[in-house]
Amino acid sequence: MAHDTTSRNDAPPPDTAPGTAADTAAGEAPAADRLNRELAGLDALELGGGTGRRLAQRTWSAAWPMLAAVVIALLAWQAVVWSGWKEPWVLPGPRDTFPVLWDQVTSSRFWKAVALTMRRAIIGFALSIAVGVVIGGLVSQFRVLRRAFGSLITGLQTMPSIAWFPLAILLFKLSESAILFVVVLGAAPSIANGLIAGVDYTPPILLRAGKVMGLRGLLLYRHLVLPASLPSFIAGLKQGWAFAWRSLMAGELLVIIGSTTSLGVLLSQAREFNNTADMISYMIVILVIGIVIDQLFGVLDRAVRRRWGLED
Amino acid sequence: MTEAVTAAPSRTAAAVRLRGVSKAFGSGKTRLLALDQVSLDVAPGEFVCLLGASGCGKSTLLNLVAGLDKVSAGTIDTEDARVALMFQEPALFPWLTVTANIELALKMRGVPRAGRRPRAAELLDSVHLGGFARKRPHQLSGGMRQRVALARALALTEDDTDGGQGTVLLMDEPFGALDAMTRDLLHDEIERIWRQRALSVLFVTHNVREAVRLGDRVVLLSSRPGRVVEEFPVPMDRPRRIDSTEVASLAAAITDRLREEVGRHGA
Repeated sequence: MAHDTTSRNDAPPPDTAPGTAADTAAGEAPAADRLNRELAGLDALELGGGTGRRLAQRTWSAAWPMLAAVVIALLAWQAVVWSGWKEPWVLPGPRDTFPVLWDQVTSSRFWKAVALTMRRAIIGFALSIAVGVVIGGLVSQFRVLRRAFGSLITGLQTMPSIAWFPLAILLFKLSESAILFVVVLGAAPSIANGLIAGVDYTPPILLRAGKVMGLRGLLLYRHLVLPASLPSFIAGLKQGWAFAWRSLMAGELLVIIGSTTSLGVLLSQAREFNNTADMISYMIVILVIGIVIDQLFGVLDRAVRRRWGLED
Repeated sequence: MTEAVTAAPSRTAAAVRLRGVSKAFGSGKTRLLALDQVSLDVAPGEFVCLLGASGCGKSTLLNLVAGLDKVSAGTIDTEDARVALMFQEPALFPWLTVTANIELALKMRGVPRAGRRPRAAELLDSVHLGGFARKRPHQLSGGMRQRVALARALALTEDDTDGGQGTVLLMDEPFGALDAMTRDLLHDEIERIWRQRALSVLFVTHNVREAVRLGDRVVLLSSRPGRVVEEFPVPMDRPRRIDSTEVASLAAAITDRLREEVGRHGA
């Protein structure tokens, strides 16, 4: 960045000199030139040089604490196994589990299960976004709705989603709809809240600037309120995803539909067969999927913050 | 219309005309009178500085002229002029590039899509930021952001009929948050643009020297409520220097008057 700003700063005086010379008195042209030069000089000084670290360096500094954490977790697990607290067939160690995990991830049954679970996750999350945006949009817009539903939405977030399942099963039987119902109830409030907070915290100075420009009604939303609420909305999505994923896993353990194979089904089958190594493998997979998608939202969040200059 | 006496008789046209403008906030016991019977003209092409201590309702006054708020009494006439307002903060939209910020203002002025990009480039050139169109506001320094804000304000005074008259720029302590060096340069900059575009400027500040440096006329407001106390013509040639003795001596005289006014509140 430092390079291209300095090279651009050399450019302005010759570019702008004809324009300013034309409309000021001839005697003032040198003064205008000097002003151009001084402004360009000040700009160059104030921007200074960026201290951008290289990608490899950044990746490594982000990755090594995570790797260290994984190693520590594995060591702790192994330590428990070594302590002889449980028999090895009840609690197998990492050395017995990882070959099983490898067998799993190379089997087609496993991938079918992951595919079904992910399909449910995506449909459920997409529906949650739709519901959350509509509710969040309405509640942030109308003060009466805010008073009526604001605390209810926050309250819903604290409700454990598993508590919804008895009702969901009564309403929808053991069906996809029952799972979807609970996933949406789990995720939509967070997404709605993210949007509401974003709209609420639109900086007043930007609203003033928008009004001076004549932004009103839909245009105000389109060009100011919605973009301004983006960071908060993404935070809501991130949290909503966590709730959706939890609700989905609870749902797949409780609502087992016919002969379908999902991660939840695999997990409860492994428990029925007392197959702990399989069980732990599935749990690792569930954890990893959750983390990966959470990280994707993290990347999105950081990208927005960087673009807006909210980071550093 | 007894207030008409305060207006210079030769000026029939005014870019901004305030007559007996009052503004109160709240009601009953908590009612606060921010502006009381303010009458003020800004002639076309005139640079007027509004000066006052805290609580004189300077910002309220600009909001009223900009149409962001309604008067409690009196009238404000801007003669169909295109009015733009600039704040102490740049208030640029952080999710847009520098050029997109200005293009949005042009869009709101009804400039057709094809014309916006080149028009924005011209405006950026005029504040010496031609090379920074693709940057985001946070990548610029405070002074540069304020120049982008100026370019955006100028965009709001754009007009396809290309009439320089009837464009009013309201500035609310626009350089208050900048360091002295940058401020000095921006004084030169705003003066140049004001002349070039024949703008009518109403410039609010609490910095007396800044007011004398820039204004054709300095209008002193009292505090709580804001009233016009006195007007000081500034009969000095331009360009002026903020550290010249002429500016300093007039500024000293105005400061004395301002202190006297502030002192009344301590009694």
